[in-house]
Amino acid sequence: MVKEVRNAVGRYIPEEINGKSVVPFQGVGKFRPTGRKFAPRIATCADYPNDGNKLVASLKEALVKAGLKDGMTISTHHHFRNGDLIANMVFDIAHDLGVRDLVWFPSASFPCHAHLISYLKDGTINRIEGSMNGPLGRFASEGGMKGVGVLRSHGGRYQAVQDGEVEIDIAIIAAPTADAFGNATGDRGPAACGLLGFALADSQYADKVIVVTDNLVPFPCIPWQIHGNYVDYTVVVDQVGIPEKIVSGTTQITKSPDRLLIAELTARFCDEVGIVKDGFSYQAGAGGTALSIGIYFEKILRERDIKARFIRAGSNQYPVQMLEEGVVDYILDGQTFDLEGVRSMRENNNHVNTSPFTSYNYHGKGNFASMVDVVILGATEVDVNFNANVVTHSDGVLLHGIGGWQNCLFAKCTILPVPLFRDRVPVIVDEVTTLCGPGELIDVIVTERGLAVNPSRTDLLEKLKETDLPVRTIEELKEEAEQICGKPAKPTFTDDVIAAIKWVDGTVIDVVRKVDRR
Amino acid sequence: MNAGIAGNRGDSVRSDCYVKCTIGSVGGWEIEVESKVEAMYGASIRNLAEQILSYYEIEHAHMVIEDKGALPFVLAARLECAIKKVTAVEKPFLLPLINESLQRSTVDRYRRSRLYLPGNNPKIMLNAGLHGADGIILDLEDSVAPQKKFEARFLVRNALRHVNFGEAERMVRINQIPEGLDDLPYVIPYGVDLVLIPKCENADQIVQVNESICELLQVKESPIFLMPIIESAKGILNAYDIASAATNIVAIAIGLEDYSADIGAQRTVEGKESFYARSVVVNASRAAGIQPIDSVFSDVAKVGQLRKTALESRGLGFVGMGCIHPRQIGVINECYSPTVEELERAQKIVDAYNIALEKGEGVVSIGSKMIDPPIVKRALNVIRNADVLSKNRRNNHG
Repeated sequence: MVKEVRNAVGRYIPEEINGKSVVPFQGVGKFRPTGRKFAPRIATCADYPNDGNKLVASLKEALVKAGLKDGMTISTHHHFRNGDLIANMVFDIAHDLGVRDLVWFPSASFPCHAHLISYLKDGTINRIEGSMNGPLGRFASEGGMKGVGVLRSHGGRYQAVQDGEVEIDIAIIAAPTADAFGNATGDRGPAACGLLGFALADSQYADKVIVVTDNLVPFPCIPWQIHGNYVDYTVVVDQVGIPEKIVSGTTQITKSPDRLLIAELTARFCDEVGIVKDGFSYQAGAGGTALSIGIYFEKILRERDIKARFIRAGSNQYPVQMLEEGVVDYILDGQTFDLEGVRSMRENNNHVNTSPFTSYNYHGKGNFASMVDVVILGATEVDVNFNANVVTHSDGVLLHGIGGWQNCLFAKCTILPVPLFRDRVPVIVDEVTTLCGPGELIDVIVTERGLAVNPSRTDLLEKLKETDLPVRTIEELKEEAEQICGKPAKPTFTDDVIAAIKWVDGTVIDVVRKVDRR
Repeated sequence: MNAGIAGNRGDSVRSDCYVKCTIGSVGGWEIEVESKVEAMYGASIRNLAEQILSYYEIEHAHMVIEDKGALPFVLAARLECAIKKVTAVEKPFLLPLINESLQRSTVDRYRRSRLYLPGNNPKIMLNAGLHGADGIILDLEDSVAPQKKFEARFLVRNALRHVNFGEAERMVRINQIPEGLDDLPYVIPYGVDLVLIPKCENADQIVQVNESICELLQVKESPIFLMPIIESAKGILNAYDIASAATNIVAIAIGLEDYSADIGAQRTVEGKESFYARSVVVNASRAAGIQPIDSVFSDVAKVGQLRKTALESRGLGFVGMGCIHPRQIGVINECYSPTVEELERAQKIVDAYNIALEKGEGVVSIGSKMIDPPIVKRALNVIRNADVLSKNRRNNHG
């Protein structure tokens, strides 16, 4: 058995995962990388057509030409969310070719990728290094995957590729519009998704890059969100994604009175401690509660005739309307959640597409995440030390990815609006099942039964003294949850590690173990 | 063999459970649990089932529990009901009471908003006390399907004991008299503040309810308040009789859906068809010295129209109305609260009253103007209720 060591947040981490040695989490900002970034091989124009036409007849031919073979790392992206058709297509081809032990390195997975479970079973795919949502997460939690999964934040994915932790052999970039040279954009075409930011690292660092589109335009494809100069092959298919499932994030304001209550309380908190002011910035999430908080912010801005400087998004119709009506100067967008977001990005120069490099990469010379005044995030669990979990449920099953969550924790004020309990399951607990974010970065927990401020934020606590907001301690909230629900038993696990949770700097902050079904 | 069934099942069910109980003569206990919270609470659910079977001295039983994250008080209600459907046991199975359900109401408190909660739906009860309604109504009448009436009684009883409804007055709407009298044993001893009597048509129905209450509590006078709801032409014509039938009646409400149908009219937003009835309720209530309360506004999405309706209703003399969704509470509370000007005027009168008290004068006056005693009384009430309101707001939030 592999030896385990205790990391800086008290979690036991194997010294080696998937045959590679592991750096345990050392504390926020403590791990110092040395050396140089990863570099792909030098290419030469002599090997590429002078007329710029890199088209090959099929995705299969492109994969064969790219040298697809056993054990390779294959990357795809989640720009089409649950409407993605390409990842499944890639592994269908690999399976037909009899290729085995591949590592799938998606920027995120969705329920539509449950199709790949059969390839995890038959050995076509060894493991997933990326989010495992829903059915894939359950499959992994029950020990079905041969290798150990690795979950990274969006910023951590960029960092891992940049630092050479993950060497991508073939990147397949599905693009709503592209030219034969490989220039590609996400802001137009039948499968328009807005932007292609999650594929930036892959285009820069992968050994081979394939651009797949269903909307080929003559050179030049403008704008070129992905530069053709990184691309080896281009392929045209009938359809890259199912449009109605692409812009399918939660774009409805919540109607749940309980969530509205939490949203209203969160907005009141931000207002009363002075966060909402002229020139402030916030991260608008995609969930119903986060959307509603944005609406409350907008109301305050309009009432006082002041403006936000920028919104970090997940954009949809609401920030777009604010941008168009001058309530905010810029949207710095990581992904668009509805067609209004796509349209605005296409038409409005102040609706800017960003990437995990600009927004989130921790191994860079700064990033945008820490410059945001307030960020609203979710969590499956939060503990009395303000540590939070976003990947597993309280029964220990892996069901969600990290997304940009860890990266966003660096904002000036991080707020988690969560219900005190879901059905019978307390959200505020004594210790999180999986620790994804250290409590030192989490400032405020807002529930329908009051809010708790991290005791280290004495500045916020001081400001709250002047208000009649329902301030409680996190222990009081935990006690109330247990009073209502009963004290929950802990799930039981075997010793087998099924997934590693990376921190934004590439160290391992926690692992997920196989659930014990005895 | 007969099976006792209680609770709800299906994909959309949450915070609830389904229980099927058969009682046999051999084999001991067999308890099958399928729960979405198995890892955290599977053992606790089995324990509770065993505890209840022991309590009723049942030696041989087969229990099937399909749990969708029900809280203990919900599980207990479903288990008890399923058992009582197949065997004749009388005593209630009660979990330890929470302290918050011990607070009592007062006669003349604000009753601006009262939120209806279907009595057989535990999910929406859990957070109902957080939205600032002056009262919450656990409904056993129209929102409960006939075949679910029996199990709803256990759930409502347990909710009264185990859900923290905060500062809200805890009300139960029983079924129409005489059926509603059978609901009373499940609510009266368990911390209800006020009983709503639907489709009330005469004073005798009030007398019957009060007799039952007194018998259940072994007292001479009912400590529990009543709010009859008048929903028919006959009820309107007997409004004053009803309003003055007993001293524990604190308010009369009007139910306009049924009333409009009863008089053969269509209910409209303008409400011309019910103007007479509403005025009768206001006058009968005021004559009896109690609060007149308006019907519900049933289109949740139309917040603007709700505001208009509530302001008109206040103009007619009503002091509150019903809510069918928490989103209506804020608007309704606002519309029936005293305005800043009213508060200022009331404060002036109260100040003058205090000065008069200090000086030992029998007459209250502001400047040269004498203030009549009823006006003084109303001002005192306005200020006292406003104090309670601001105190409640602080408590709710802390």
